[in-house]
Amino acid sequence: MSAREDEFLEYVQSGGQVETTDWMPDDYRAKLIKFIEMHGNSELMGVLPEREWILRAPTLQRKLALTAKVQDEVGHSQLIYRVVSDLGKPREHCLDDLISGKSKFHNVFHYPTKTWGDVGVIAWLVDAAAIISQKALLKCSYAPYARIMKKICWEESFHILHGRDVILTMMNGTDAQRELVQEALDRWWGPLMQFHGNPIPAEDDPMYIWRIKSQGNGEARQQFLDGYVPQIWELGLTVSDPKLRKNDDGVWEFSEPDWDELKHVVTGHGPKTEERLGLRRTTRGETEWVRRVVLPEAA
Amino acid sequence: MIYEVFRQERKGQAFAHAGSVEAPNEEFAEWYAREEFGRRGESVALWVVPREAVHEIDEFVDELGRNYHRVDGYPLKEKLKQARERAGTSADRRS
Ligand SMILES: [Fe+2]
Ligand SMILES: [Fe+2]
Repeated sequence: MSAREDEFLEYVQSGGQVETTDWMPDDYRAKLIKFIEMHGNSELMGVLPEREWILRAPTLQRKLALTAKVQDEVGHSQLIYRVVSDLGKPREHCLDDLISGKSKFHNVFHYPTKTWGDVGVIAWLVDAAAIISQKALLKCSYAPYARIMKKICWEESFHILHGRDVILTMMNGTDAQRELVQEALDRWWGPLMQFHGNPIPAEDDPMYIWRIKSQGNGEARQQFLDGYVPQIWELGLTVSDPKLRKNDDGVWEFSEPDWDELKHVVTGHGPKTEERLGLRRTTRGETEWVRRVVLPEAA
Repeated sequence: MIYEVFRQERKGQAFAHAGSVEAPNEEFAEWYAREEFGRRGESVALWVVPREAVHEIDEFVDELGRNYHRVDGYPLKEKLKQARERAGTSADRRS
């Protein structure tokens, strides 16, 4: 590392923030693009499992709420791709790499949504897991990303509200409805525990070293368990992990998440990966004429 | 084209930078800005400005050391201490 890079590293590690027009090491820029692009991809791909349920949602109010959530998430991807564009990778290139399978998106969006219970669990717990990561990004060393995270977190809290409302309604309903929630929770628990990634120590995580992230993966998972397991239990739901418990020192114990599954899924081999990327490919082809008319430079 | 968007959260407050949108022209930029930054009632007004119209100044060189423009040009603490001593009132005070 050059002296200038050392100085930069020291600056971000002591809490300094960087703007688009500031000098930054190439490695920092590359890490930022990779990290932020994956976030943008996840917001965009994350709407597909929910989109499948807009027409099947049980009431008009639910259809509208779900549509609003989908619009929020697409808006998040727009905001995030703007940040990536300003770092040097245009949105169109991000979309090319997404649909060709070159870039990644979060594990939870590679799975099917079997019932309305899944929709509730996604909006409640997947968004809760996401908001924990996103809140930690409010302190990101790259200031433009940290700033938009404020707006994103604010909207995510709506999604959790919506998800909790769906879950509570079902938990106050018939036995069949309650079972639907329990089944959905059982299906999602594995992917939820994998969501925050391998528990590599923060000091070895390049995203932490550059202070793109402000906490380690293990810490985020603990925070998730601490915030949401009590909320799950109080509804009379059970978590399928027999080892799950909170120790006297406040640390949660749990079975080792399936890291092989995580790796397999995020590298493009999830049960719904191909189908969802295929849908993106189709719609991108179908809307090509719109971009040609509206954005001459994009064609 | 990139447009910078500023939003006002409540009447009377300052406009603050909210983010940016990419749009082929002003009309699209306005609609994107509305959707991105005003949909949930989080803003009462928006400014949509082409990025080129924003001129950033981030160097403030004070060659003449004009500290009378700044708080540090008025070191009252030492002077006040001296004045109190002269007036014989410093003992009445706790700090
Ligand atoms: Fe989102
Ligand atoms: Fe969300």
